[in-house]
Amino acid sequence: MSIVAAQGLAVGYQGESVVAGLDFSLEPGQVLALVGSNGSGKSTLLKTIAGLLPPIQGSIEVLGARPLARPGQVAYMGQFHPSSFMLPLRAHDVVRMARFAAHGLFGRMTAADERAVHEAMAVMGVLDLAQAPLNALSGGQRQRVFLAQAFARDAGLILLDEPAANLDGASRDTYRREIRRLAAAGRSVVIATHDIDEAAECDATMLLAHRVVAYGPSASILTQQALLSTFGMVGKYQEGGIVIVEREHGHEGCESGH
Amino acid sequence: MILDCLVTPFTANAFLLNALLAGILVSVACGIVGTFVVLRGLAFIGDALAHGVLPGVAIAMLLGLPGMLGAAAGALGMIFGIGFITRRSNLSPDTAIGLLFVGMLALGVAIVSRSHAFSGDLVRILFGEILGIRPSELALQLAATLVIAVLARVCYRPFLLLCFSPEQAEVSGFPPRRYHAIMLGMIALTVVVSFRTVGTLLVFGMLLAPAASAALFSRKITTMVLSASGIGAFSVYTGLLASYHFDIAAGAAITLAASLIFFILLTARQLLPAAGAAGRTK
Repeated sequence: MSIVAAQGLAVGYQGESVVAGLDFSLEPGQVLALVGSNGSGKSTLLKTIAGLLPPIQGSIEVLGARPLARPGQVAYMGQFHPSSFMLPLRAHDVVRMARFAAHGLFGRMTAADERAVHEAMAVMGVLDLAQAPLNALSGGQRQRVFLAQAFARDAGLILLDEPAANLDGASRDTYRREIRRLAAAGRSVVIATHDIDEAAECDATMLLAHRVVAYGPSASILTQQALLSTFGMVGKYQEGGIVIVEREHGHEGCESGH
Repeated sequence: MILDCLVTPFTANAFLLNALLAGILVSVACGIVGTFVVLRGLAFIGDALAHGVLPGVAIAMLLGLPGMLGAAAGALGMIFGIGFITRRSNLSPDTAIGLLFVGMLALGVAIVSRSHAFSGDLVRILFGEILGIRPSELALQLAATLVIAVLARVCYRPFLLLCFSPEQAEVSGFPPRRYHAIMLGMIALTVVVSFRTVGTLLVFGMLLAPAASAALFSRKITTMVLSASGIGAFSVYTGLLASYHFDIAAGAAITLAASLIFFILLTARQLLPAAGAAGRTK
């Protein structure tokens, strides 16, 4: 059974489609990257898989049922946590919330739950921040706490929106290592990202630009031509700034900035 | 001498003891509900509900029905009205709340103004009559506070997730709309059963000020709920004492005490860096 199966799927907001014609499946242990520029439909698709948005058209099954039917089996980390600045929560409380889905309103938290929370925090290197108030953490620390929350659910499907945002190099390596470990253990992961290097490490990539530009194994999908169609330009980092290698309808040249 | 000043007013006057008990019950209910009002940024809807009950109370009095029944009808009308406007228009919930808020308040004042006999009632509706609380009303307040406490305990997980992120609540199997509605129902229940004690105007102060004070230094939601209830109860006690000794309106004195405590704690947090750590952001 596929973990996610979509046929003729169109996703969007309030009846207006952002991306249509999505046909894809995600198998156990597979990691799929959704790559595209801002507003290309990555987060919209991720939210539809999570069940946060209804499909505009077509069908989608998650773990063999409609999205949201198995809350304990799906972990989702969104891009924004609007309330986190004022909530009186410690990092440990935030990660512990991941286990609520498995127990509903009344189920008691068990030693296994506490172990899952502890392990996820250890993996993301936030154990020493366990008692720290969430609103006293830096952006990167907070992102590691949110990632630990997603991992602590111990879910069969993990959906991550811009997971590497705010992470330093070491934290990014840690997070990528954990994704590989989870995939090896049979967990499926969908990651929305701008990072081509991150996508290259995934089993499959879907390039989005209000349409599916390309979809398939990352090694064969991430070509210069496909990236050009997705982002409108292709660049690389060199000393002194970003060098645009190619534009969709222009010439190569040098852009300022680091 | 000190005992005479701080305790005797309550032991020597049954009406003041009743007022203290009623006020403590209001404080507990407002401490629980106010915590979620502050954390979820629902202050405006709390204010609107507190004022939106006015026409319901006025109509109930006109028909000779219990004011609390009218207050409940007014609160329900507000909740459904906000949902209706938000769903049927592209307007934000804030706009819907504002529209109904002023509309209901104006309707209430219009109804009251039709009868001169109501002028005293209007003051009682707005500012309460804590010194005239009867034992039967105390029992009702106790029952409502227990319902609110049980609901908060049962819904603790979804409420926590809802405060953190409605999306996380949804993907965790707790539909945000359902639990938001329960939260609104709790606010409405608090307003309805508290309006007789502290009035519709001042119940909003009791919802907000103690919870806002607790938010300044709490690191856990349970701590915030307990602190807000404690601060509210202390405000009731000091407010009633001030009312007794200085002959000022009891409801206003209580809410003034709650507001003063907030500003004292805010100043203390600015002066004491360690106390401020809980609320600091990066």
